[in-house]
Order: sequence, then structure tokens, then C-alpha cells
Amino acid sequence: MEISRKVEQMPPSGIRKFFDLVIGMKDVISLGVGEPDFSTPWNICESGIFSIEEGYTSYTSNKGLYELRSDISNYIRRRYGVNYDTEKEILVTTGVSEGLDLALRAIINPGDKVLIPDPSYVSYYPVTFLAGGRPVFIKTKKTDFKLTPDLIDRHMSKGVKAVVLNYPANPTGVSYTKKELAELSGAFIKHKLIVISDEVYGELTYDFEHTPLVTLKGMKDRTLYFDGFSKTFAMTGWRVGFCCGPEKIISAMTKVHQYTMLCAPIMGQIAGIEALKNNTKRHVMEMKREYKRRREFIIPRLNAIGLKCSMPEGAFYAFPSIEKTGMDSCEFAEGLLKKEKVAVIPGTAFGSEGKGRIRISYASNMPDLKEAGLRLERFLRKNAQK
Amino acid sequence: MKEILEILEKDARTTPEEIAKMLKKSVNSVKTAIKKLEKSGVILKYKTVINKELVKDDKRNVRALIEVKLTPQRGYGFDHIAERIYRFSEVVSCYLLSGSYDLLLVVEGKDIQEVSSFVSERLSTLDNVRGTVTHFLLKKYKEDGDILKRADRDKRIAISF
Repeated sequence: MEISRKVEQMPPSGIRKFFDLVIGMKDVISLGVGEPDFSTPWNICESGIFSIEEGYTSYTSNKGLYELRSDISNYIRRRYGVNYDTEKEILVTTGVSEGLDLALRAIINPGDKVLIPDPSYVSYYPVTFLAGGRPVFIKTKKTDFKLTPDLIDRHMSKGVKAVVLNYPANPTGVSYTKKELAELSGAFIKHKLIVISDEVYGELTYDFEHTPLVTLKGMKDRTLYFDGFSKTFAMTGWRVGFCCGPEKIISAMTKVHQYTMLCAPIMGQIAGIEALKNNTKRHVMEMKREYKRRREFIIPRLNAIGLKCSMPEGAFYAFPSIEKTGMDSCEFAEGLLKKEKVAVIPGTAFGSEGKGRIRISYASNMPDLKEAGLRLERFLRKNAQK
Repeated sequence: MKEILEILEKDARTTPEEIAKMLKKSVNSVKTAIKKLEKSGVILKYKTVINKELVKDDKRNVRALIEVKLTPQRGYGFDHIAERIYRFSEVVSCYLLSGSYDLLLVVEGKDIQEVSSFVSERLSTLDNVRGTVTHFLLKKYKEDGDILKRADRDKRIAISF
């Protein structure tokens, strides 16, 4: 049986084999997990359970429960001073992942180009490709994994319609200050780009306040602002995210969403309403402090054992260089797994610019991080090039 | 200060060196801060959380919550008589409460008889004790923020983007 040429053309995940290897092994300390190690705060779980008991087991409106959208609108207004219309400018999606897919399908015509940072989260390229767009990668290694106005300028050509921005970033942990964002937005406006701003790690910013792109002058009209409940509230499995943006695009995204997903799961949406209530803030702050402490612990540790790593400003990832070891990303990850039972992700899984890097997730408890540090040190002592 | 307490409350074995790294402070300043907390009595002591239900030959295996009604004493209120009570080694915890009784005790003994005789012979016979109600404890689920079962295994898939 023949499958679609397009799907056939999609590059396979380069590290499928490595994934299978990890899954098949026992007693691995995994620093390869892209989600919080905390469970969802109980008040949120409890309202999800109650929703089922009360018989909330149906569809919701396509855009999501009105109450949730209204709470999202209030949350963003309170937190960042930006107004989004509950009816027209907010769409609740089944995780930000679905939202990204909808966004690209909603704005791309065949052949339109989309600027994508390299390295970056694994789904930007495939959803662009599936929507009929042409991904244009921007190599960011030389600029410390950040997009700059100059880089945007240099990658402009006929047909570039949108750019993907993700901060704090998976896999690098890099984020942008307000000043850097202001400079970038100048370039976005100059080139009339639609910005797909994936800010799902926004609340996990450690050294300065997170600035949503849409708070900057001239950006709200051209930005799709993505956030969700997964990382902030440790709710990955509930599959609820949202997108705020111009009415025209939100309405186009809703059009696709109503036929493909219909709506986000109602239990997750009801849990989301609880998450946005004020009494959850304590839990979020506690988790954030814990991530920050782990960061302060693990980054100097990596540097001390010879894996050069700059201080990530957000999310829960470190992206150290392993170039000095003489191994490539995959050799390193595979060797570390087989010899020391520690799983990390080869940097190349996130693009060619991830060469010579690995992604380490510090969404793991301190005892595991300490033990992993010892094992890494031993692995380097035995296997790294002198 | 507050964050040092947060760390130690979770794991008292975290060393000053580790805390210093986590909070980006010097080891000395962390040590000084901890000393100060110990001296001022904010940190009373360090101990281990034990799930006694799993200790097979534990000599003190029966616990009871005991409501105690008191007659307060002029000049001392409840403090004096409370001290008379909480100094018994059988009394593990002692709280003064508002409501229909005054003290809530957690009392520990090796069996029901021992706890009962403590209540009838030592506690009820005190001058200012007007009455007691004893509730034997059947099962402990959570104590001082700790759920008394082994930590769940990590339910996340081992690797994800």
C-alpha cells in the first residue's frame, strides 16, 4: 500500500533507534525528559476528578469553555497588561503542539517560507512542511542560539511570511530580555512577518521577568501568542494549551480545529480553570524555585567536569558542548547510556546546529541530578579524548 | 534564609556546600545563616522521618489522640498544667486548641493497655484535668506534609522532546 508522498518525504526522527534503546533499558537515570517531574498540583487534579464525577464528559464549544477563555483573558491582562477578547481572540487547543499545527495550516499557502531557528523544538519543521510551507533554517550557534535582527535581515527573501520564535527555548534554555525583543520586533515589523511566538516556558524564566512579545509596540497585530498549562502547572498529560492572536487568524485556526480536533478535552479544560485561580500560584512559585536551584547546581557542575555550558535563562534544559570529548552527539549519548545508564538527548535531534551538543533536562530530583553528575564525570574520565 | 529552610525542610542532609551552589551564595554565608537559625531556635534539630508501620519489632506501636478538658489556673492559664502533661515521655505531641476541649495529645505506647493505663492512672488523675476522650489511631496516611508510602516511581516516559 502506498502512503502519501508528503509523509514519506518527512525526515524520520534521527534518533528513533536511540529512543528504543533508552526505553528498553532498566534503571536508567533519564535526563532526557521534556516535561516537569512534578505531579500536577492536587487542587487542579481534584477539580478534574470532580468534573468527571459531575458528568462533564462531553464536547465543549470548539474554541473551548467560555469560562476558561475568559480566565485566560483575565490572566494575561492581569499579568502582562494585554487585552484579548474572550470571544474572538482566544482559542483553547489540545496542547500548544496542536495550536502550532493549526497556526501554520491557517497562514501558509503552498511555497510560503517560514523562518525557523536551528536548533529548535522538533515540531516546527514538520508542521511547516505538512502545511505546504518551506522551512528556512536560521543557524544560531554563532549568536549564542539567539535570533538577532541581523540574522532576520539576512534570511529574508521573496515569500518569507512568518517566523517561529520560542523563548525560553527548548532545547537551549535561551531567552530574550525586553530590550532584545524590542530590537527583534523592529525587524519583524520591517519585514511584515507573522510571528509564531511559542512562550510555553514563559513562567519558567529565572534571571529576569518574562516579556511576552505581544506586549511590545506593534507586535500584537502580527503575533500568535502561544502558552499552555503543561509546563507552568505540570499538566502535560492533560493536553491543554491556548493561542491568542488577531481575530482573523484565530478564526481561521478555529475552522481547522473544529474538524480535526473538535475541542480540547473537557476535563483538562476544567482543570485549567482551577490552575488559573490564585491559590495555585504558590505551587508554581515553589516549582520555579526548585528548578532554579537545580540549575544553579547542575550548570557549574557541567562546566567543572569539562562540558562547557552557558547559564540557561529559562525552561529546564542545559545545552552543553561535548566537542572537546572527541565524540559526536550521538556517540556521546549512546556511550553514556550504555556505560553509565544516563539518558540525555543528542543535540542534533534539534537541528544541525545542535552538533557537538547534548540536551540535559534538569526536570529531575536533586538526588538523581547528583548521581548523574558523578556518572557523567566517570564517563568523561574514561572515554573523553585527552 | 527562607529558601535555606525550604531546602532543609525537604532534605536535611543537603550540605552547606550544595545549598551554597543552589542559591549562588558563598559556603560561609550559608553556614553562618544556618548557625543563626539553629541558635535562634528556628531550626530546632534534624531528624529522620520514619514510617513506623513498617518497623516490625517497634516497641511503641500504638498511638492515640486524646482530647483533654482542663481547668485553667489563675496566673498561668493552661501553660502550667500543659507542661505537667507534655513532660511525660508517652506524650509525643501536645496542642492547645480552641473549641469544645483544651488540649489535644498524641500519646504513644507499646500496646492498648499501656496507653489506657497512662490515661487512667497518670492523666485523668491530675488535679486540673476535668475529662478525657481517647481515640486510638488506626492508620496514618500523611504526617507533617509527608505521605507515608514509598515515593511513586517516575511515571513519565524515559525520553521526550
